[in-house]
Amino acid sequence: MDYVISILPALLSGVQMTLAVFAITLLGAIPLGMIVAVGLLYRGKNPLAVAGKGLLDGYIWLFRGTPLLLQLIFVFYGLPLVHIVFDRFSAVIFTFILNYAAYFAEIYRGGFGAIEEGQFEAASVLNLTRWQTLRYVVIPQVLKVVLPSMGNEVINLVKDSSLVYVIGLGDLLRAGEVATARDVTLVPLVLVALLYLIMTLVLTLLQRRVEKAFSYYK
Amino acid sequence: MLELKNITKKFGDQTVLAGVDVTIADQKTLAIVGPSGAGKTTLLRIIAGLTPADSGEMIWNGKATTAAKMRQAGLIGVVFQGFELFPNLTVRRNLTLAPTLQGATQAAATAQADQLLAELDLSAQADAYPFSLSGGQKQRVAIARALALKPQILLYDEPTSALDPNLRQSVADLINSVKAQGMTQVVVTHDMDFAQAVADETLTVAKLGGGEA
Ligand SMILES: Nc1ncnc2c1ncn2[C@@H]1O[C@H](COP(=O)(O)OP(=O)(O)OP(=O)(O)O)[C@@H](O)[C@H]1O
Ligand SMILES: [Mg+2]
Repeated sequence: MDYVISILPALLSGVQMTLAVFAITLLGAIPLGMIVAVGLLYRGKNPLAVAGKGLLDGYIWLFRGTPLLLQLIFVFYGLPLVHIVFDRFSAVIFTFILNYAAYFAEIYRGGFGAIEEGQFEAASVLNLTRWQTLRYVVIPQVLKVVLPSMGNEVINLVKDSSLVYVIGLGDLLRAGEVATARDVTLVPLVLVALLYLIMTLVLTLLQRRVEKAFSYYK
Repeated sequence: MLELKNITKKFGDQTVLAGVDVTIADQKTLAIVGPSGAGKTTLLRIIAGLTPADSGEMIWNGKATTAAKMRQAGLIGVVFQGFELFPNLTVRRNLTLAPTLQGATQAAATAQADQLLAELDLSAQADAYPFSLSGGQKQRVAIARALALKPQILLYDEPTSALDPNLRQSVADLINSVKAQGMTQVVVTHDMDFAQAVADETLTVAKLGGGEA
């Protein structure tokens, strides 16, 4: 027990890093993914719109089609070669937001597909603008539809945040590994697992709350 | 008066409308009838500006216009076959959303909505969400939502089809009471008895092309 108490501060400071990566990534990726998904919705046929859509599709393909780990390494070690230099934490945030926004955009895209064309038509005969239609009618319905899939991704994010170790940042998992290597015991890693479980439990409960908050209509 | 002249529409190489003329007289109800697949819904959607015609003219009170212009001027309201209420909004908010976004104050829009809801016997449902309404109630909300924008012409696609058959007479009464308030209406239906009960005039759309039954 004394041992547990002695390593806990190190683990908890690792938790801080994990939570920081988690929270900032969500704050950036949830709206960015929506912007990308809305962009993909645009059906314009002019060359600019087509090129823009190609770009968005390419972005999603790139970030969903390669491991997050690899993306982190490229951003932190590769981009400096073309004189784009990030500090460690910024590199993590930049990469995580782009990566998760790509996944969220795909989820939202599916959500938009689940909204019947009639809703768009009803809004258009009521003379709502494109933006008003999205803001008041479609996006609220999309958010409800995507909640379960978003919940999965959010829990993945907690675990993915452990990847920051590759560029030398100390998160929860890293703190546990350090203690395990130093003290030759698995106890720290058991504690790490418990801390992850607590975080994902809190998130699961939170997800239920949010789903309930959205259950006032069907 | 809204006139459509020589409207044509093809889907691929299937001609659905080959030079249809429509005259919609003020404060009358026009029924558009015809067999399934004849193009009644297509014609209604053309009037509403939801489907572009391939060719033809549209004349509003003697002046050339387009469906898009009619809609932008707020002249056309639509009651969809499936009603298309916004499920995420209360009944009252379904009515006030468009007016408030188009400049009405919240107070004025709410007062108007509550009055429409009272007239359509929906006061008790004002704070409910659409999923909890009966089919007939949903339809009345859809009518109220369209009326809240004070259109000149109200279009209905198959207003009896999504409802219990014994509600047919009350839908006819409703459409007739909206007419009594001075509304011009176009009702698409394949139900001849229903058309009789509401129509001042009837336009029959013939099915072209043969082939499928
Ligand atoms: N978006 C579309 N794309 C291709 N074909 C279409 C489309 N909309 C309608 N059609 C075809 O046009 C024809 C007329 O359809 P429409 O829905 O206008 O008929 P309707 O008279 O309303 O029939 P119903 O009484 O069954 O509602 C049908 O053959 C239909 O398959
Ligand atoms: Mg039809």
